[in-house]
Amino acid sequence: MNVLIYLVPIALGLGLTGLAGFLWSLRAGQYDDLEGASLRILSNDDLRDAAPVPGRSDASPHGRTSTLTSPR
Amino acid sequence: MSGTLDLSMFVTHDNGTDRMDLAVEGIGCAGCIRKIESGLQKVPGIVDARVNFTNRRLAVGWREGNLKPADVIDELARIGYRAHPFRPEQVESEEKRQGRRLIKCLGVAGFAAMNVMLLSVSVWSGGVDMSEETRDFFHWLSALIALPAAAYSGQPFFQSAWRALRNFNVNMDVPISLGVVLALGLSIVETINHAEHAYFDSALMLLFFLLCGRTLDHAMRQKTRAVAGNLAALKAEVAHRFEKNGEVVMVPVAALTSGDRLLVRPGERIAADGVVISGTSELDESLVTGETAHRTVIAGASVHAGSLNHSGAITLRVTAAGADTLLADVERLLEEATAAKSRYMRLADRAAKLYAPVVHTAAALTAIGWLLAGASLHQAIVTAIAVLIITCPCALALAIPAVQVIASGAMFRAGIILNSGDAIERMAEIDTIVFDKTGTLTLPEPRVANAREIAPDILETAARLALSSHHPLAAALAQDVKDRTPFDGAVEEPGRGVRAMVDGEDARLGSPAFCCLPQPAEPAAADASTIAFRHGTRCAIFHIRQTLRQDAVEVVKALSAAGFDIHILSGDRPAAVAPIASALDVGQWQGACNPAEKIAFLEELKAAGRRVLMVGDGLNDAPALAAAHASMSPISAVDIAQAHADAVFLGDKLQPVVDALGTARWAHRLMLQNLWLAVVYNILAVPIAMAGLVTPLIAAAAMSGSSLLVTLNALRARSGRAPAAARPPSHGARP
Repeated sequence: MNVLIYLVPIALGLGLTGLAGFLWSLRAGQYDDLEGASLRILSNDDLRDAAPVPGRSDASPHGRTSTLTSPR
Repeated sequence: MSGTLDLSMFVTHDNGTDRMDLAVEGIGCAGCIRKIESGLQKVPGIVDARVNFTNRRLAVGWREGNLKPADVIDELARIGYRAHPFRPEQVESEEKRQGRRLIKCLGVAGFAAMNVMLLSVSVWSGGVDMSEETRDFFHWLSALIALPAAAYSGQPFFQSAWRALRNFNVNMDVPISLGVVLALGLSIVETINHAEHAYFDSALMLLFFLLCGRTLDHAMRQKTRAVAGNLAALKAEVAHRFEKNGEVVMVPVAALTSGDRLLVRPGERIAADGVVISGTSELDESLVTGETAHRTVIAGASVHAGSLNHSGAITLRVTAAGADTLLADVERLLEEATAAKSRYMRLADRAAKLYAPVVHTAAALTAIGWLLAGASLHQAIVTAIAVLIITCPCALALAIPAVQVIASGAMFRAGIILNSGDAIERMAEIDTIVFDKTGTLTLPEPRVANAREIAPDILETAARLALSSHHPLAAALAQDVKDRTPFDGAVEEPGRGVRAMVDGEDARLGSPAFCCLPQPAEPAAADASTIAFRHGTRCAIFHIRQTLRQDAVEVVKALSAAGFDIHILSGDRPAAVAPIASALDVGQWQGACNPAEKIAFLEELKAAGRRVLMVGDGLNDAPALAAAHASMSPISAVDIAQAHADAVFLGDKLQPVVDALGTARWAHRLMLQNLWLAVVYNILAVPIAMAGLVTPLIAAAAMSGSSLLVTLNALRARSGRAPAAARPPSHGARP
């Protein structure tokens, strides 16, 4: 049963990593707009301009060309 | 127009960036999100714009001083969205904080439950192959995970249980906390004694299931709260305030303070309670008192927020709430009514009150029984604790929230926003309905009453002409217009009417004299106002009055057919109430009731054993709404009425009242079913526990099995048929 000496820490470590990831995503506001997230995935205008706003892991892409945006 | 609107109260400054939250109308798809965000980000100065689709809000930030808040709203209007600045309410941000905490607890409990289960399953399936040392090691490891996790994620239950106990009360959280603490304590003792069974997994799984239920419940509440907040922002009106230099500035009503001087022009609603300091006018106070006849006010008269200024411009000084008799009266009555209502005991607490003593007695009897049978003290106590663990009310505590989440979701989709958690239970018990008249049975705004007798093309021309006038009667007429473009060159002559050239002929709308018509010999009805129209040689007289909601007759008929006792209680004159009551075929009505009389009437019904649903919208209804067993308000109601109603319904129809009662009945039935399921589970499980046959495996299976059963039973309703027609309950069988 010596195998437990490293298996147990690995199992616990993986679990704790998952928990830490969950808490991080909660703090980053990823659960604030669940319905929006399911719609944002449909817009593909991040292909040309993928620079995220600093400090915002989930900042929106800036659409450049789009039929939906009114021209200025 | 918005150039002079001062919105600085909605802006927060942080680190060189101005931020503002807006409630946006009409966000409906993925395209909207991008249209708004990319449209705003092209505006120089704006540093970020993010739409929250779930609650239809927009957070905008711009470099300090680069933009005015009104510019953002103008830009949004240019893109095609109406937006309203928004300041999150205290309650809402508090709920959001609580929601986050619940999710954190849920995450921790989930992590711990899974890891402990990993160890427990190894122990259960290890059997004879596992050495005693390994088993002890696994138990200690479980303890290491379970104790801190339970201490953290159990807090919502422990705190609530402690609060109840301190007030010499019992709620469902007391047996839950006791079960968890005992399960953990027993497991530690057993682990120290190298025993075979430990219950760390049961304790954590219990917490995880219960937190799931609570989090869902909370998320639903948070969603309705957000919608209510948006509606408040949409409704938020502006007022014209005199600045110190005598200039008039438009400000949001929320920015008004006592002592401000306001200008109220004809056709505008009065934004705050106050005293008239100059000017005379007639006020339509139907939203305040239910009275449809107008009141003449002169300098020195006190006026209420929500009244409509009908004829002349007035200046008023804002006074603190409660300064005059009507308001003070209403506030006092509200206080009494609210205190009386808090005595209602929720179904879950009633169940807990029965449940806790029964279970604790059963545990004590088990211990005594085993001692008498000659078992050791240790074994007797272990068995008694096992009884408490297995009866820990997991299913019982989920039985009601699970149904509540689904029922409030169904109501939400039907346009009903619930204000209080136990409203569903109380609505299910209703057998008598009391309607207010003005603004509840009738539409909040007056409409043309004789539209059917007038040629459609004349009505359309007159209504289009009415678009060019600010007069309240014209505004009522304009609601019937199909083409919303006003005529070119329309001229309003204050106090007389509005005229324009239409198809080469002079068209006039206004007083009969203005349209060269004789004054009508007799008024159409006591509460109707008339407005005349002439186009060339054709002319018409419109009667403007409060009209019934479109489906009022059918709704009242359906409700009385379902066996509800219907009453009308109005603050308006009896002469104005009588025709409405006869149109609706309601025999039991009273007019000219003040707030105290309304409450007295409800008390009378209550004394006769009736459970009353009050439906009302005015300031004068607020105390009755708070005093009734359950209450509903239309979205057009004054704020104070909405705040004291259990539910607010959207739209121009009365149908939501029927829907709400139907859904509540059906939800209540499911709640009882679930409670019985939980009881049956206990009847099966307790004898096994008393016999000392419970192993941790049985405890885990029984607990999760019963929780799943009640949750599935609640979910059954979601996919099932629409709720059946509402019927008042019989009061014989109450749990």
